[in-house]
Amino acid sequence: MKKLNRRSFIKGGLATTAAVTVLKEKKSAASGDFDNYPEGMGVIVDLTRCVGCRSCEAACNKEQNLPEPEVPFDDFSVFDYMHHGEKRRTDETAYTIVNRYNPPEIDHPLFRKVQCNHCNEPACLTSCFVNAYTKTPEGAVIYNAKVCVGCRTCMVACPFYIPAFKYSSAFKPQIMKCIFCYDTRLKNGEPPACVEACPQEALTFGRRKDVLKIGKQRIRETPGKYVDHIYGEHEVGGTAWMYLSSVPFDKVGFDTHVPKEPIINSVKEFLAMVPMVLTIWPGLFVGFHLLATRKDKVREMEKEAELKKTKENDEKEEQA
Amino acid sequence: MQTRKKIMRTALALTTGAILFAPGHLFAMDASDAPETVTIDSLAKYYTPVEFDHLMHVGYASCEECHHHTTGVQVADPNCLRCHANTPEADEVSCVGCHAADRFNDTYLSTLDDPRIYHIDKPGLKGAYHLNCIGCHVIIEGPTGCQDCHAMTEAGEKLFNTGKHAPAGGTSSGAKH
Ligand code: SF4
Ligand code: SF4
Repeated sequence: MKKLNRRSFIKGGLATTAAVTVLKEKKSAASGDFDNYPEGMGVIVDLTRCVGCRSCEAACNKEQNLPEPEVPFDDFSVFDYMHHGEKRRTDETAYTIVNRYNPPEIDHPLFRKVQCNHCNEPACLTSCFVNAYTKTPEGAVIYNAKVCVGCRTCMVACPFYIPAFKYSSAFKPQIMKCIFCYDTRLKNGEPPACVEACPQEALTFGRRKDVLKIGKQRIRETPGKYVDHIYGEHEVGGTAWMYLSSVPFDKVGFDTHVPKEPIINSVKEFLAMVPMVLTIWPGLFVGFHLLATRKDKVREMEKEAELKKTKENDEKEEQA
Repeated sequence: MQTRKKIMRTALALTTGAILFAPGHLFAMDASDAPETVTIDSLAKYYTPVEFDHLMHVGYASCEECHHHTTGVQVADPNCLRCHANTPEADEVSCVGCHAADRFNDTYLSTLDDPRIYHIDKPGLKGAYHLNCIGCHVIIEGPTGCQDCHAMTEAGEKLFNTGKHAPAGGTSSGAKH
């Protein structure tokens, strides 16, 4: 066995520090790279326009050759679907879905389309050990299913619970998610199929910076119609798909507790170690798992705190 | 024909204008200038064309509510008024005259950079129709279902997996997708 003397210890320590520094720099440079896509495309989803017709869902299904749905796309009973108290979510058979909400503030329902938000600095991408994900200059977050090893880290890293898996064979899992119609449309400068299908133009497509301008114009020029916030302008460092709403976003199923910073910033230290993945794989995996579950825990804790507060209030009222 | 009608209309408008001293309303069109029906078929693919009963709708809305500033009738929206308080009748008043069938084409998208352009958010033709029609139908409780206005075509049934193309054995309750 080799004995560790003081000199080699220092030498090793220095080398590690150097490596970490270099890697860190490389990583932060890489994270900055995403900002270099100012021409990236985006979509602004206007909840006040959506009528819940599900045309976008039907168009996506055909464009992406997804399996036949359980029920027709003009069947609106799907809006009543609930599973463990949750509304429908995107999965390996549906890259986009529309959910209905009945916010008490208004006398009519609102509909919210869900799909991958194509983050400016995607957590799925930065968490992937094998670099299966790419953020293209056009703004799409795409993936290479061939290199995916099925570890599902992206699935837990995504703040919006988007990536899903197809287990056609136990040894060949495949990520499945919205790719902004990159292959068939976006790279040719065309809008995605859902945008084209929407009768209400609830989905407005253009350069991200321009649709952001459009969203701000709508808020400014129709006072009282919208809450003064564009969801996705800053959330998780900015997303290509953004939302306008007439009621506070938490009333229509949005997670308003996601950080304003890209997810990558909170895991940067951790990511500095990613290239060493082969030697410390198990530890790393546990780390990511902890990080991902922390996201849920924080949410649970918030919920509990809220419950406790209302309980306390109730008790106070009873005493009074 | 067209010219004669236009001249007469202009003459009439001029006289009325002169009498009423309403410069903002010079050259304004009115309901009698409008066609009785309009066939909306330029986008028909998944749905059949719409035979739009223009005459009937004139009873529900005034010109500017759908045609904005193009008919010469003063608009009500304060945003529009900032520039269009005295805009005369336009050469083109039909929807397609201003609203492009392919709004999101590359050329259009690259004009959005120009800070001099105010109308950066002009809906495309399909959006213009639906936002205008459904927007009003919701308020006055007119028909709002897709097939209330246009029946689905076979291509539409295929897209929506419905009718002849409905999934076999699908139950409508409790289904996720
Ligand atoms: S929404 Fe999720 S899957 Fe889509 S780019 Fe962002 S992190 Fe990745
Ligand atoms: S197609 Fe447009 S209006 Fe219809 S559900 Fe989708 S986003 Fe809403």
